[in-house]
This record gives sequence, C-alpha cells and structure tokens, in this order.
Amino acid sequence: MIIIATTLGICAGIFSAAFYQGMIDQRVDKVIKTELSHLQIHEPEFRNSNEINNYIPHADELNKKISEIPGVTGVSNRIVIFSMVASAETASGVKIVGIEPDQEKMTTSLYQKIREGNYFEEQRKNQVLIGEKLAEKLRVKLNSKVVITLLDVDNNITYGAFRIVGIFNTVNNSFDEANIFVRYDDLARLINFPADACHEIAILVDNNEKVPEIKTRVEQLASGLEVMSWLDLSPEMSYMTEAMDLYLYIFIIIILLALLFGIINTMLMVVLERVKEIGMLMAVGMSRIRIFLMILLETVFLSFVGGIIGVIAGWLISRHFETRPINLAAWADAYTDLGYDPFVYTVLNWPLLINVIIMVLLTGVLASLYPAYKALQQDPSEALRTE
Amino acid sequence: MSIIKINNLTKIYDGSQIEVKAVNGVNLAFDQGEFTAIVGPSGSGKTTFLNLLGGLDRPTSGEVIVDDVNIWELSGRKLIDFRLNNIGFVFQSYNLIPVLTAKENVEFIMELQGTSKKERFDRTKSLLEAVGLGDRLNSRPNKLSGGQQQRVAVARALASKPKFILADEPTANLDSKSTETLLDIMEALNKEENITFIFSTHDARVMKKARRIVTMEDGKILSDKTK
Repeated sequence: MIIIATTLGICAGIFSAAFYQGMIDQRVDKVIKTELSHLQIHEPEFRNSNEINNYIPHADELNKKISEIPGVTGVSNRIVIFSMVASAETASGVKIVGIEPDQEKMTTSLYQKIREGNYFEEQRKNQVLIGEKLAEKLRVKLNSKVVITLLDVDNNITYGAFRIVGIFNTVNNSFDEANIFVRYDDLARLINFPADACHEIAILVDNNEKVPEIKTRVEQLASGLEVMSWLDLSPEMSYMTEAMDLYLYIFIIIILLALLFGIINTMLMVVLERVKEIGMLMAVGMSRIRIFLMILLETVFLSFVGGIIGVIAGWLISRHFETRPINLAAWADAYTDLGYDPFVYTVLNWPLLINVIIMVLLTGVLASLYPAYKALQQDPSEALRTE
Repeated sequence: MSIIKINNLTKIYDGSQIEVKAVNGVNLAFDQGEFTAIVGPSGSGKTTFLNLLGGLDRPTSGEVIVDDVNIWELSGRKLIDFRLNNIGFVFQSYNLIPVLTAKENVEFIMELQGTSKKERFDRTKSLLEAVGLGDRLNSRPNKLSGGQQQRVAVARALASKPKFILADEPTANLDSKSTETLLDIMEALNKEENITFIFSTHDARVMKKARRIVTMEDGKILSDKTK
C-alpha cells in the first residue's frame, strides 16, 4: 500500500515537473527564436520613444564585428516602426519590422513558420509577411494587397502598398496579430531611412548559458548603445519561470502531504495489526528505541522502494514524451493565446527530480514518527492480551 | 537456595465502579530447577501473577526479588535488559514473528543481547534440535503446526540463557499429542539442564507432570504442594 502510494506520488510529481518544465522551456525557446533573440541592441532612447530618428548608425560595421564573436550564430539588423496596416475592409495597429531575409534566417525561425506562400523568395519589391491572426482580422489572403501608412524621417506621412507573399503562424496569437515583416530595403526607401542604419540589432547565440559573457563583449563593441538580454527585454518571462517553479513546488508539496497522511494512516494500521507482536518484542527485552527504529526504518524502506519505482516510472514516462509530444490540441486556442505550444515535449529537470526524491524520503521519515510513537505507547502485558 | 522471592505481592485494578484485587498479598519463593505449575480457575490471577513476576506489569505493592535484586526498583531501561537476560517467556498463542523463519525467531533474542553470529547460529541449531525441530530451521510459522510453533517458542525462551522461564498456559491451544511432546521436552530440559520452569495452567496433563503445584483463587494462594 505504501509502496503503491509512494510510487504513484513520485511518478506523478516527476511527470508533472517534466511537463511544466517542457512547457516553460518551449515558451522560452519560442520567445527567443521567434520574438526576441538572445540579445538586442538599440539606441538608448528608442525603446521608450519608438521615435524613427533614434536609430543606430553604421549598423553594418557593428553587425560584422558582432558576427565575429565566438558563440554568435546570427546577427540581424532591423528597422522597427509602430504604425498602421490597412486592407480594403479594415485597419490595425502593428509593429512593422524591416528585415534582411538572409540575416533574419540566422536569427529567428520565422522562415520556418510560414504556413502559406513563401519567405521572400521572389525578388519583387514591396512584399510583406503577416500572421494568420492578422490576416483573419484584416480579412485578407495570400497575394492580397495591404497599405502601410507611416511617418518618414522628416515626419511626413507616407504610405506604401505591399503584397502578402507569406502568412505565418508562430503558435502565439498575440505575436501573430501584432507583427508584420517587410524587406529592409523596401521600408528604408519608403521612410527615407539613412543607409547603413537600423533601430534594432538582434543577436542569436549558440547557448543560452553564454548570453551574459557575450553581452559583455557586445557592450564593449556597441559603446553608447543599449544592449539587453532576452530576460531584460521580457522580464515577465523570468517572473513566469520563477512563478512556475514555485507552483511546481506547491503542487509537489500537495502531493507529498497527501502521501504523508496516506503513509501515517497505513502505518498506524500496521502498528495496530501488530500490537501483539510489538507486545511480545517488548516483553522479551527489545528496547523502546529499537522498536521505534524498527517502525521508522520499515516506513522509510517502504517509501524508498516506492520512491525508486516511482522515479523509474516517472523517468520512463517523461522520456517517452520527450520525443512524442503531449497533444493538447483540444485546448489549443487557450494555449496559443497565452503563447504556449499545444504540443508539449517533456523536459526532465534533474535538480528538481533529486529534490523530489529527498522530499519523499523526508516524508517517509516524518510519516513514520507518529505510528512509531504509537507503537511505543503499548503496554506489553496489555498488548499480549490483545486478540 | 531460592532464586526468586515474592513478598506480599499485590496488584489492584481500578475499575470504573469496583476495585479488583487480581493478586492479593502473595508470598512465595522458587528454587533453581523447579518445575512448578500455577493452577486455578479463570480469573484467579494466574496470568497477572506471571506478568508481575516477569516484570511486564507493575505491582501495586510488594516485591519480586530475583538474585537479591528487586526487579520493580529497576529503571525502565534496566528492567528491559533484566527481562532480556534473565527471563524466558512462552505465551499461550506462541507469538512468533510470522515473517521470520524458526531459526530467525530464535536467533533474534541473541541478536538483541549482542551475541556473535557464529554463537547465535550454533545455539539456535542446538536449541531447535533439542525441541525436535532440527529439520525445520528455515520454516516460517505458517508452515508449522501449533505444537511445533510452541516448541519454537520454547527454544526462543531458552535462547537468552535465562534464569527461569515463565509459560502462560503453554498447552492451551495444543492437541493432546502436541501437549505430550511439549511437556516431555520441557521436563527433559528441566531435568537435564536444571532450567527453572514456572507455568500457569488449567491442564490436568501439565499438573500431572509438575513437581510443585501452587493453587490460586481470587488472587490468593490457596495451597502450595510439592510432590
């Protein structure tokens, strides 16, 4: 009974830990690969003002130098303008991002998210990529034209007609609804943007662990500019990761509390069933401390056996779903609205796994104390008379 | 020379309405090598008397002196050690540990005493052979008959090399053949190894074997006869 309870508790704990970790990792990975990259450089005032003239001059040279830093896998110069896009029927406020398609390919996975059309494969002017959600909102389709209205560098209103060549779906509805992508050259020409300038340089590195080190190197190259990591740019991601860790521990503690009371109950039954045996042991001269240790070790041993089986079962289940995602398509809209992928690949979090094992063993010890104390309360002559 | 002296031993149970004197001012002495039966009707105080004698139940007043030590003046821990090293118990319902084999049931008493592994093994083997179970060393209690289980219990009681053995109705759950075998074994151990046996019983066959019969009624000694 104790072994089954501990096995199920641990298995559920490990699987839920792997599930939530997978969800968070995928979300973080998606934020980095489709939205933010690992690092971004801006003119210090740009993020507050979004002013078109707060640009980074000589961006190509900086781009080249950053590309040479070991560990940097992609650097993309972007023009970023917040403005309006209109279809024949309606209009919407969006972030217009002017990109060099080849550079962007090395920095984000946008090119892999194209559901219809292509990723700037043709050389025609004024092509635009929009998200599925925005396409629905504007009631436009592939090859439809949309008009972008914006201010140029001299604060004159200007506009350009762009043909939709690709519709993307990043599985993040809010991102897909608020971002459109055009070629750098088309946007620069429209707003008379200075040559060799940009608003944002996005940098992708080969390992998240290297971000702080590469950030320092980039700061040295980009003096006078603002260099931010994805955690600085999206503090909510960091809060979310911390909050998720906390929820996970609360969840596991609830499982362990249920386990604790389950074990106490079972061990009390065991002690009551063995009153006569305990009475005999006391009568023949087994010391109280030995009887206490006997119940304690028995409980810990049973919890440990259950714990080991639970760890193996939880590990196997989590491994299974590491390569075969859990399909939450039934709730896909709710997940994608929050930016989560409805296909969750589990990720085993080893430090958490070890903590869970330690907590189960402690639960076993804690749960044994009361039954062991009850065993000590037996009077040998009374216990021997029990039928 | 008496190894056990009992002076004015009294045990009173306070019921909700009425006070029961289970043992009432008993004075007795037992010598080394005795084979004594405590007899009397149900409720006469036999089991309570054995519990007081074995250090399991605290008397209301009086003394139990074993080798000049009043056992009821010993601290809890010392009393447990005293029971371990000086008294062997045989219970009516055997009380073997079901998950242990016959050998392990006997051996664990010596393990509590800190006896070496080799000595434990040799003594367990010779004790189980002495009670006729040399071929059932590795049998669990559920594979043994009632009589065989009680013989394992006798071997267990002897394992700690006690000064005396207290047996509470040891034959109550046994058929006549098993009773006969068990009594023969106990009598042989008593005669050959001079082990002191004190047992409570209703059983006429046991009384027939006993060399001293102490009769109790209402917690008092009615008679004390040596054959």
